[in-house]
Amino acid sequence: MTQLILFNVTNGLIIGAFYVLMALGLALILNLSNVINFAHGNFLALGGYLAFTLSPTLGYWGALLVSPLLTAAIGVLVERLMIRRIYNRDPVYSLLFTFGLAFVMQDTARYIWGPNGLPMGLPDVLAQPITASLFFITWYRVFMVTVVIVAVIGLFTFLRRSRVGLRIRAGTLDLETVATLGVNVRNLRTFNFGLGCLLAGLSGVLAAGQIGLNPNMGDDLLLPSFIAIIVGGVGSLIGTLFGGLLIGVAAALTTVVYPSASEAVIYGIMMAVLLIRPRGLMGEEGMLS
Amino acid sequence: MSIAIPAAEPRRFVGRDQLVLVVIWLLLITVPLWLPLLGGYTALAARVLVFGLAAMALNLLLGFTGVLSFGHAAYFGLGAYGAGLTLRYLVHSTPLAMLAGTLLGGVAGTLFGLLIVRRRGVYFAMCTIAFGQLWYYLAYSWNSFTGGFDGLRDFQRAPIGLGPLTLDITTGGAPFYFFLLAIFAVAAALMGLVLRSPFGRTLLAIRENERRARFLGIPVERHIWLSFSISCFFTALAGALYALLNNFADPMTLHYSLSGYFVVMTVIGGMRTFWGPLVGAAVFVMLQDYISSMTVNWMSFIGLIFMFVVLFFPRGLLGTKRKPAQG
Repeated sequence: MTQLILFNVTNGLIIGAFYVLMALGLALILNLSNVINFAHGNFLALGGYLAFTLSPTLGYWGALLVSPLLTAAIGVLVERLMIRRIYNRDPVYSLLFTFGLAFVMQDTARYIWGPNGLPMGLPDVLAQPITASLFFITWYRVFMVTVVIVAVIGLFTFLRRSRVGLRIRAGTLDLETVATLGVNVRNLRTFNFGLGCLLAGLSGVLAAGQIGLNPNMGDDLLLPSFIAIIVGGVGSLIGTLFGGLLIGVAAALTTVVYPSASEAVIYGIMMAVLLIRPRGLMGEEGMLS
Repeated sequence: MSIAIPAAEPRRFVGRDQLVLVVIWLLLITVPLWLPLLGGYTALAARVLVFGLAAMALNLLLGFTGVLSFGHAAYFGLGAYGAGLTLRYLVHSTPLAMLAGTLLGGVAGTLFGLLIVRRRGVYFAMCTIAFGQLWYYLAYSWNSFTGGFDGLRDFQRAPIGLGPLTLDITTGGAPFYFFLLAIFAVAAALMGLVLRSPFGRTLLAIRENERRARFLGIPVERHIWLSFSISCFFTALAGALYALLNNFADPMTLHYSLSGYFVVMTVIGGMRTFWGPLVGAAVFVMLQDYISSMTVNWMSFIGLIFMFVVLFFPRGLLGTKRKPAQG
């Protein structure tokens, strides 16, 4: 029993880590640009597929570094060419647009890499279990969680310490004032969109090693990421972080007791939060409300 | 030299509206006559009616209250499952199935509306998407009751007894189409009445300037909640009709992509017009039917339609260049 619970908590933390990376990227874009990026799951899949294609030439480690950057570059391109045209319109248009973009990206991935699942090769070092008794904790899982932790700490340090990070945080609160102070808001939003896609691409590479690749691999992560943002509170990235971990572990623990309710419990948490604390666990009053 | 009289302008728009009304009803009533000539089939027109009703119901919220719901498939799907489950497990009665479906979706929407009515904009949209997916997972995983991924089968719409007469709608084709059209007409008339009432005018006021409406003492939250609730009831009715149309309810009727379809139908037709969503539904259903028969990459085409509409065609077919009515 202890091992079963431990197994599920480990699973929960890993799924939670994916939710966190996805949700942080989504939240960055949502907070600054007021756009829900429906295609975020497809940027995740893109990151995974790019790593799959690049790893024969660059090796796994090279692909791990390069493919998130490439994903970010494609994200920047999409933002520059299309999404920035609709920032100042009714939010219904940006929703519809990214929704359509998600369809196109998913279909394109299916066209290029085929509809069937592909396995992602891992270096031998990572594929071993750490000990025989805890067979489910492979080095890869430890590695994934470490990468996510490093990425999250890196992101928060960047937002707190750097000038651009400061502008992003300020823009979240009041974009108009930031623009008045002479910051190029157009470039800031583009950069921010790329940053969100970078996180998506990174989680894509990591997820590919865990669950393999398929054209709609990001779809299952998209909705829980929305819930992580709602639970954590819109406008607070720390809240999003805890929201993602919370629903990941809660879903995994429910699996121990009653497996088919593991999805439902996520929604239960969301409803409870909306009922008791509508702004979210760490959300700021009046943020997007 | 006489000066143009401003009062003449509104009358001209009334004329245009009435023309649209007459054309739409003429086309709808004569569908079984002309659609086969164009290579269509009556079930396609029935689908347009059902989706059109759902999109018009969504537009009550989206176009006339200015609140963005991206989760209306939930209430559509609940309506479908409510009707299907009633026919399968409870009674073999079409009117009761419709009632059950409408109530199930409508009440769920009304209760959920209470939770999110203070949210606005994309945050509101995100809550509606997330809540909608709850029902998708429920229908998906409660295999024994809902049929799971394969959908709910093994139910049939029943003939309707009207005193001595019996309306046989079981065969599909023209009789069932006219049955749908009659329900659609009643629902459209009710929605029109809601929008013409003082309540409907207040919704417009909230859409145009929420802060001013609040200063005027209008209970904005309660109005938005009521609008959401009414919209959900009509969407659920459309969902119930959809289950009757196909004798089938599947989890995709609850999926958020269907919500996206409803929104794009509304935008294609024109968000701020009453009949726009129906026109949008017609265009979208025909395109989808045509494209999915032509290519396996239909997803790309549907996606490109979304992007194209947003970038180049945001006002929709019936939308005018005119600024939205003031006050």
